[in-house]
Amino acid sequence: MRILLVEDDAEVARFVKKGLMEAGHTVEHAANGRDGLFMAASEQFDVLVLDRMLPGGVDGVRLVETLRGQGNRTPVLFLSALNAVDERVKGLKAGGDDYLTKPFAFAELLARVEALGRRPAAEVPTTRLKVADLELDLLSRTVTRGGKKIDVQPREFRLLEHLMRHAGQVVTRTMLLEKVWDYHFDPQTNVIDVHVSRLRHKLDKGFDKPLIHTVRNAGYMMRAES
Amino acid sequence: MPRAEHIHAPPLIGLLRSASGRFALFFTAFFAAAATAAAVILWWNTAGALERQVDAAIRADAAALTDRRRMPTVEALAVAIEDRLALDVQNEALYLLLAPDGAKLAGNLEAWPSEANAEQPWIRMPLLRDGLVSEARILRLDMSGGYRLLVGRDVAEKLRLRGLLSEGIAWAASASAAIALFGAWGLRRALERRLSPVYGTAKEIAAGNLSRRVPLSDRDDEFDRLGRIMNAMLDRIAQLMEGVRGVSDAIAHDLRTPIARARAKLEEALDGARDEAALRAAVEQGIADLDGIARVFQAVLRIAEVEAGARRAAFAPIDLAPALADAAELYGAAAEARDQKLVSDLPTSLPLVGDRDLLMQAVANLLDNALKFTPDGGTVRLSAELSPVLVEIAVADDGPGLPQEDRARAGERFFRADAARSTPGSGLGLSLVRAVAALHGGTVTLGDTNPEAERPGLTVTLRLPVG
Repeated sequence: MRILLVEDDAEVARFVKKGLMEAGHTVEHAANGRDGLFMAASEQFDVLVLDRMLPGGVDGVRLVETLRGQGNRTPVLFLSALNAVDERVKGLKAGGDDYLTKPFAFAELLARVEALGRRPAAEVPTTRLKVADLELDLLSRTVTRGGKKIDVQPREFRLLEHLMRHAGQVVTRTMLLEKVWDYHFDPQTNVIDVHVSRLRHKLDKGFDKPLIHTVRNAGYMMRAES
Repeated sequence: MPRAEHIHAPPLIGLLRSASGRFALFFTAFFAAAATAAAVILWWNTAGALERQVDAAIRADAAALTDRRRMPTVEALAVAIEDRLALDVQNEALYLLLAPDGAKLAGNLEAWPSEANAEQPWIRMPLLRDGLVSEARILRLDMSGGYRLLVGRDVAEKLRLRGLLSEGIAWAASASAAIALFGAWGLRRALERRLSPVYGTAKEIAAGNLSRRVPLSDRDDEFDRLGRIMNAMLDRIAQLMEGVRGVSDAIAHDLRTPIARARAKLEEALDGARDEAALRAAVEQGIADLDGIARVFQAVLRIAEVEAGARRAAFAPIDLAPALADAAELYGAAAEARDQKLVSDLPTSLPLVGDRDLLMQAVANLLDNALKFTPDGGTVRLSAELSPVLVEIAVADDGPGLPQEDRARAGERFFRADAARSTPGSGLGLSLVRAVAALHGGTVTLGDTNPEAERPGLTVTLRLPVG
């Protein structure tokens, strides 16, 4: 993916750029809002990673508003030291797609950037999701693996749906909390792990190939082991 | 009680400079205008009426004397004049009838006065009678054949009356002006006296003594209302200051320790790690410690944000019942993993005006606490009830409970009961719950789940007003 990083802190920028490049992405960096806006408007990127507060008169929110005003729909991830909930809402309202508060773990940033970049450009309505021999029918709300029906609770269905939609990508615990439970705070415990392990137990019972994998220090990934 | 400075300024300038002085002066002016209006009306109805009466009498007299049918000849007119003079006991009537050649035919005036040559038929002139100066009101009539007639009245008596009246009004006016000024001064004094506690309080607060409040009287008037509003404002400011102080205290004391711990561990690893694996483990531990610090920091800031009331803008009508069911479901799995039971007893709907995210976080904190302190195999109950004015949410556990003396302190930032020191946590969970409850105008109470049992457990009840 081609990623534009607009971040004024040199150390954070270096760290993020290095990490993203190691993960196989191309990264352009701008150190202030004006340069960032210029690059974002004149070149093609898959994801923009913007600091919320930027020097140079154009801050992250202004940058996104300007881009969206020009019809540019490139997904935007905000990085921010502003923790207040209202700030998050402001960022998303301006046209941001995701919001990550500093300090953050790089794995969290990477997972979110990849989730944004691989999002289907046009929301094609799918009715069936399939990973290896696991199938999820969104209309009848049934889950089958190898033709065998698996009983899941509604919340587990949504959890599974999210993991399958992002199959092959790392999904972090906070992403699951936000997307599946709509919780925007840190519950400070391993509540998500328990739900995932329960779901994993249901899916893998009687099958030898696990589908939900734990990614150390990051989260989970739905993947057909080859 | 310190007095305001302008009380000591020169009286008149001070009076004009102070709002209460201007207010009082305005009323003085108003009062004076009313008194003037009263005097004018009095004058019109007394002195004015007398004058109009005199003029009317002269006019009637003149009309009678110049009536041709009754006075066909000059001689008859002269006789009539002499008759009238003879009958005038009050000695007020004045007449003069002159022939065309200037000869006096009748009347009690000696000579034609120069004032009578004016354009106007009505004249007013000084008169010397019996050695006394008096005033006369006279009407001039030019008759056919060159005869001239003056008909008038001596108005000395009326003049005296008018003098008395003017004197009376002048005295009354001075008296009322004096009373009004005195009233203005008194009004200003009264206003100053009622306002000086407010000045005093504001001054002391400006000097840094934020604990001062405006003293209130039991009159419950405008000044008490002002005082009450000021006090409410000061309470709010003090609360916000307290919040800021709480955050800085937290940073100063309670974040230093974990930072020091993390730093020590990293330093130790740098100096003495035996192999790469040990170094790696130490660095990972360092990152985990830093994450923990960031989490505490975020919790402290969130509490401050909630306590400042800044989030009231995000209030919306919500239904808490499905949200609570979600929370029970989220934590239910965690409970199950430890063989605990999370039982929920929720109504179908809990309408409320509030901030969903914050309420969820509060309930999540309560559930998290309850599960943490309940032994394996124990039960945690999440229940809610809706009354017409109140939503009551209770989280009950059957853990060791909380000693009475710790209950009041539970909810202070970073407070951890002695028994809880071995469990993970920052001591901020209940602080946030309290702050969220206060933001919604509600309360948090702590009680025993089973007061009689050896392990009484703890029940935390969150009561929130519906509106």
